[in-house]
Amino acid sequence: MAKKEVDDRFKKFGTVSFTAITKTNDFISYLEKGKVMGTKCKECGAIYFPPRSDCSKCLQSNMEWFEVSGTGRLLSFSELKYGPVGFEDDLPYTIALLDYGDYKVFGRISKDTPYEDLNVGMELKTEFATLPNGQLSYVFKRP
Amino acid sequence: MRKVAIVGTGHTPFTFETEKTSIELFSEAAMDAINEANLGSKDIQALYLGNCLGDFTEGQAMLQSYAANDIGAFHIPATRFEGACASSSLAVRDAFIWVASGYYDVVLAGGVERAASMGTALATRTFSMFTDSHYEYPAGLTFPAMFAMLTHLYAKRYGIPLEKLKEQMAQVSVQSHYYGVFNPKAQFQKEITVDKVLSGFMVTTPLQLLDCCPFSDGASAVVLVSEERAKEITDKPVYITGIGQASSGKLSSQKDHLPRLKAREESAKQAYDMAGIGPADIDVCELHDCFSIASLIAAEGLGFFEFGMSGEAWEKGETKIGGKIPINVSGGLKSKGHPIGATGASQVTEIYHQLRGECGERQVEGVKIGLTDTLGGDGIICTLIMQKGW
Repeated sequence: MAKKEVDDRFKKFGTVSFTAITKTNDFISYLEKGKVMGTKCKECGAIYFPPRSDCSKCLQSNMEWFEVSGTGRLLSFSELKYGPVGFEDDLPYTIALLDYGDYKVFGRISKDTPYEDLNVGMELKTEFATLPNGQLSYVFKRP
Repeated sequence: MRKVAIVGTGHTPFTFETEKTSIELFSEAAMDAINEANLGSKDIQALYLGNCLGDFTEGQAMLQSYAANDIGAFHIPATRFEGACASSSLAVRDAFIWVASGYYDVVLAGGVERAASMGTALATRTFSMFTDSHYEYPAGLTFPAMFAMLTHLYAKRYGIPLEKLKEQMAQVSVQSHYYGVFNPKAQFQKEITVDKVLSGFMVTTPLQLLDCCPFSDGASAVVLVSEERAKEITDKPVYITGIGQASSGKLSSQKDHLPRLKAREESAKQAYDMAGIGPADIDVCELHDCFSIASLIAAEGLGFFEFGMSGEAWEKGETKIGGKIPINVSGGLKSKGHPIGATGASQVTEIYHQLRGECGERQVEGVKIGLTDTLGGDGIICTLIMQKGW
């Protein structure tokens, strides 16, 4: 019998050492189309980002995808001057948490958004990005 | 439930890179604890060992089993507790529950870690495992960066200018180093100044080098016994009278509470309720100061100060010996060191000796009740309350 092929699409997103294989692997296929997607529970309407395939509110597993769109409020941020193994070439880089109301998105500030411009409370949008090493990702930038 | 006492402790020096295996390190602490309790290896009925990264440090999983063997406690049930930086607090808490239940009379609990031996780059990588690995880590989230973000948020939430907050945070590190001088087991035994903190290497804005605790090697262990056994062993037993433990989801899911950590408030409430006391009754506290800002957040979550007011408390000396609530007079994680799997049991050891009046120049006078607070990753908290039993 042929060996079962592993659905390792997350190799294109998880950057270092370990790669996730998850029930939400479609997240990567959407990213490849330039879309950053979360999931919404069809039973109770709960919204999840990062996407989940099981709803912790109603304990059902009936999800649909939605696109992260519009802007979120910058909740906090930090510029890293020292990174773990595998991130050396990216330094310095700035991570941040955006609040979209029903959900939050954790990620990186776009390199073309100056650190000096960042303020807690400002509006930023989430946009698909390809990292220099070819990994798929998304970044935050001014709308 | 039966009463449970601590009757012996062991604590290796917390250091930079050691040339010992994790098992050798833990054995040192364990032997001291067993000897202090005037017990033998054959008296130990179970080992609960906190260890987080042994697999990565030296390619050794299953430390607990070999550790039991190497202290002569042959074939006893040995269980590993992994709760990131709170691993050994979880071990002590569970040991308490099993002795309280009547199933065991004597349990050895503790922890060991060789984080310094990993080197900063690998240690930073593996510590990042205490954040969400699928979505948050790939962006480059590190543990210092998480607390750096909480710092910006804290400044905004409580309307404190960042420069002012940074000075208050520096004071936290300065105090920890002040007391570390009096702890012969501490990794750093030298004082630092606010200026030195504020001129340090920027690790992740706005956290500088001396806002961060070090990577450390070390081990600690405590012997827990039933009240009946305690009376045979010592006339100065320290009873665990309140325990709490709580958990949270990944950082982004905690947004409604940040910079407060909901799990801490839940855990502390469990412990206070069980002991039938409140924050004002605590005479000495060891809390989880992995970063200077973490101390401010912890002291508020434990109920010692109003939210947003901890920095002022540190500036006024309210957290020093003689102040409202002496905090981290062991030197804390910052100065004493933070071998993550060993930290919780180390905190318990400090409170045990404080209650017994054995802390020399860093002794807080007249203490009857002490509390430990340990944070694991961004989602695990354990609270333990201990009281004089004589």
